[in-house]
Amino acid sequence: MKNYTIFSFIFIMWILIIIGGGLLVVFTSMISIEGYVTVGPLELYYTSIAKAVIAIILVIIWIYVLTKIKNWMFHKKIKN
Amino acid sequence: MFDQIVPAILVSIVAFFSVYVITPFLIRALEKRNLTVKDYHRKDGAMIPRPGGPSILIGIIASEITLYAFFPTTAIITILITTSLAFVVGIIDDRKALGGWFKPLALAASAIPIIFLGAYDSNLAFPLFGSFKIPALYLALIIFIIPITGNTINSIDVLNGVASGFMTIASFALTISLFIMQNYEIAIASLPLGFVSLAFYKYHKFPSSIFPGDSGALTLGAMYGVIAILGHVEIVAAIALLPAVINSFLFLSSVKRVVEHRQIKNPTAITSDFKLMATSDKDAPITLLRLILAAGPMTEKQTVLVIFKLALFSASLAIITAFMMGIKI
Repeated sequence: MKNYTIFSFIFIMWILIIIGGGLLVVFTSMISIEGYVTVGPLELYYTSIAKAVIAIILVIIWIYVLTKIKNWMFHKKIKN
Repeated sequence: MFDQIVPAILVSIVAFFSVYVITPFLIRALEKRNLTVKDYHRKDGAMIPRPGGPSILIGIIASEITLYAFFPTTAIITILITTSLAFVVGIIDDRKALGGWFKPLALAASAIPIIFLGAYDSNLAFPLFGSFKIPALYLALIIFIIPITGNTINSIDVLNGVASGFMTIASFALTISLFIMQNYEIAIASLPLGFVSLAFYKYHKFPSSIFPGDSGALTLGAMYGVIAILGHVEIVAAIALLPAVINSFLFLSSVKRVVEHRQIKNPTAITSDFKLMATSDKDAPITLLRLILAAGPMTEKQTVLVIFKLALFSASLAIITAFMMGIKI
């Protein structure tokens, strides 16, 4: 059986999920938009949007990295 | 915990035996109505009854109602409604092949009861690093999860026994993970998924006596997604599903659009001795099956075994992840 590449790809995806999740938690927990007179719904709303934008950017980077790894790992198989 | 053992055993028995007993009747009823499709991978090109979704849904409903008698919770109602709606989407698609966007949109709509019943927690838990909370984004995630899990299981339903066998492995991994994370209520509610899949696998394995169809695959996939949301095990659930996720990822990155599987070229071909081989057609999409067969032609049974080995590998990673959920760095 020559399917070790697929097993390796699953393992790499698992590592990427753990690292990606860690980055998501670390980056978003650091964000808090302040500067208004009181902490109200507006501040929470802006903070939530900023966190959502960061999360979406991180997911896009995650998919980009995964695509590059996929192309590199399966290049030979796909070509055949 | 001991007061939960009896319901757990009971729902498992109801789930398994309702599908085990009903499916032969469904096979005969479908054959009688000529609701059969050709199995192109079979030497004799046998006609196989489809869809098996009704017996899967009956198994889920019977077992979840049994569980509701013990624990009347909103979670069980949510599982029943969302899974039934996904079944309706699947049965419509079984009867009348609809466009590539129909299923994702209709499945997204079937996720709405999860939001209205408030049966979710907007924390997305990750191993080692803790959780991530963005309520508005999580609502969007709920809408995405059901179409993703439903279509992911549907897209891997390409060989005899794969969808039901794969779902048996993934759902039991999810149940074990829920027990590890001490979410006993949802762990028990997830047991029917594994036992229904296992009972259906008896008839779906090579050589298949019945195909689940879209109604079967979407029902299983949607229930898996609901359990992931209700049990706060979205990441663990995604890991257990990795081989099927890879299949969808490879397919989408080669086709570059959302399209119904029936509308694309077959990524595999059949040899003269009825083995499966990767097609040489450059326009055919890259799928998990095509990658597996790139190693050389294989019988259908051998190919299914490779997919199950991949499923067991990712199920092990999912269980390791569940243990890691309790560790913070």
